[in-house]
Amino acid sequence: MLDTNLTHINTTDEFQEVTSQNENVMVCCGRMGPMCLPVYDVMENLEGKCSDVKFLDMDFDSSVAMDTIRRLPEVRGFNGLPFTVYFKKGKVARATSSIQSKKDVTSILDSEFGLSCGSGQADAR
Amino acid sequence: MQTDYDAIVLGAGPAGLTAGIYLSRARAKTLIVDTGTVGGQMILSWAVANYPGVPETQGRRIAKTMRDQAESFGCTILSNSDVLNLDLAGPVKKVTVEDEGTVTARAVIIATGGVPRTLGIPSETQFKGRGISYCATCDGDFFTDQDIAVIGGGNSALEEAVSLTKYASSVTIVHEFDHFQAQPWAVEEAKKNPKIRYLMEQDIQGFEGGEHLEQLVVSHKRTGEVTKVPVTGCFIFIGYQPNTTELKGVVDLNERGEIITDGDLRTNVPGVFAAGDARVKRYRQITTAVADGTIAALSAVDYLTSTAD
Repeated sequence: MLDTNLTHINTTDEFQEVTSQNENVMVCCGRMGPMCLPVYDVMENLEGKCSDVKFLDMDFDSSVAMDTIRRLPEVRGFNGLPFTVYFKKGKVARATSSIQSKKDVTSILDSEFGLSCGSGQADAR
Repeated sequence: MQTDYDAIVLGAGPAGLTAGIYLSRARAKTLIVDTGTVGGQMILSWAVANYPGVPETQGRRIAKTMRDQAESFGCTILSNSDVLNLDLAGPVKKVTVEDEGTVTARAVIIATGGVPRTLGIPSETQFKGRGISYCATCDGDFFTDQDIAVIGGGNSALEEAVSLTKYASSVTIVHEFDHFQAQPWAVEEAKKNPKIRYLMEQDIQGFEGGEHLEQLVVSHKRTGEVTKVPVTGCFIFIGYQPNTTELKGVVDLNERGEIITDGDLRTNVPGVFAAGDARVKRYRQITTAVADGTIAALSAVDYLTSTAD
């Protein structure tokens, strides 16, 4: 179990549900390691600001990760934690490997999801 | 959010968090701002075994405890918030923070720490997470039974090369000099490991591959001879540099970009102090950062008291 304040995906059903029922989803699949913690922190930081995106994490060593994120063709060739995958209407819009900065993440959210999370004018609900 | 503080601390590593604890406990209204994650380089340590009074633990756990302590005394902490502008010259210091606007204080402590050095070549970015890594404990197991390289010649490079032999078939250490900067015990440990090979006096020319890294290209510094090293992984440990790029012209820096301070950690600008890895110092440890944070905070409290209306 990941020790973060994000919602965890624990089962394949949860994964299917969240990606099919939300237009914009960002899933960070990792461990509690030095390259993963900054990405979780960025997501926690953005969660209150970009309400149009569902931010979730997934334990890299869990069976749900083996059955979902780690099986995606988009992560083939990845060998740096975490694997971060962005879903638009249930389809993979982008995937990244290894540590990402807040700028990296907001740039992808803005370009792939058509939002303005990186502009400083994100929804602060 | 409140915009008027007694003290603003730039950086939430061990130095910044400690300064936040001391300042807040002294009832100074304190804001800590960090452009990244709370904990700084401390969270890069899986195991911290030499922090006095604490049995072996993870760096992230110490960071969390320090953060909780600072917040319990009333300190406000903003992480992942870029500092857009610094005006530290006058008696009222102004710091413009992304999403928050301009905040002010009479004292500022700079504890921006260090950032890992990168090679700075385009193919390094291209293969990041696709063969190039900066964390052996995070990514080592992706390279089980594969040939990999480690770039660097300090303690971290040699220690991590040894630890990576648990997974890899072979580890080639590539270094720019003909000798290592690492301590003798680290060199000895590496040299007795049969899986480790060496390529000395090499310049890194680039990384090549398709979907993932396939080879590292180096050239001999004196002869210019080019060598292609077939590897699927390459771990880069070439040290840290002070995170002070935005401070040029704001406070005095030395030729390495480190902030110059006196014994009470005052910079050349009245009311501006520095602590931790960003300043000129020889030993960079969590404990020395914590000591710096304490001294800088106490000096700042003294400054606030002596300059109060």
